[in-house]
Amino acid sequence: MLLRYRGREGMLAWAFHRISGVAIWAFVVLHVVDIYLVGGDPKAYDQILQIYASPIGRVGEMLLGAALLYHALNGLRIIVMDFWPALTRYHRVLWYANWALFVVIGLPVAYQIMAPAFGLPQFLR
Amino acid sequence: MSVFTRAGRARPQGGGSELAIWYLMRVTGLALFVFALTHFLILHVLYDPADQTASWIAQMRWSSLFWRVFDWSLLMLVLFHGFLGVRTVVADYTKGGTRTALLSLLYLVAFLLFAAGTSVVLTLPVVPAA
Repeated sequence: MLLRYRGREGMLAWAFHRISGVAIWAFVVLHVVDIYLVGGDPKAYDQILQIYASPIGRVGEMLLGAALLYHALNGLRIIVMDFWPALTRYHRVLWYANWALFVVIGLPVAYQIMAPAFGLPQFLR
Repeated sequence: MSVFTRAGRARPQGGGSELAIWYLMRVTGLALFVFALTHFLILHVLYDPADQTASWIAQMRWSSLFWRVFDWSLLMLVLFHGFLGVRTVVADYTKGGTRTALLSLLYLVAFLLFAAGTSVVLTLPVVPAA
């Protein structure tokens, strides 16, 4: 169903937007709770931070960043087409442009996040 | 204005609260493009989350009124955008009593996060940097 309904790039763009959106929402629920603990129970917050900073936590952080970047770029594409409908004709080109930006911006960010897990130096440190 | 795009929710016809929510999703989405990406750039790229202990937040991040206002604005934007977005997802896949129950739970969680986030950003004591 995911790949057949309407189909092709437009459907995949929609499915990824929805999946990334729900994933970001789930992290936001967790994140507001952990930030609440900064005031409510700072020691518990620092323990959760250890999990976020672990190698597995960094993989999650990278996936969160990927979801956020995709959702932001594709959301901008949706808004552009909503308010400038003529561009809907080029929705597929715009989606591939999104992916180009996603890779160009995402790769250095992914390196920066994962570097400490491999003992590699980070930028700007 | 066209009714269809192949990516977003179609613009609701006939006005009312559904059309207002449709516009709100786009306005908060544009704002989040700036606020959420800035937040991620600063706290995950320029700084490493591993360094951001509770005392770091109290002494560095939230010793500034600007960043408290910024973070609270981000909270408000993400609550409206995130919960109205999940509302659309829930409404797409459920109906009847299940939909009512899930949406009620959703709005309750949104309110609890609003209360928790607002209270901590307002009340965390300002600690001068060592």
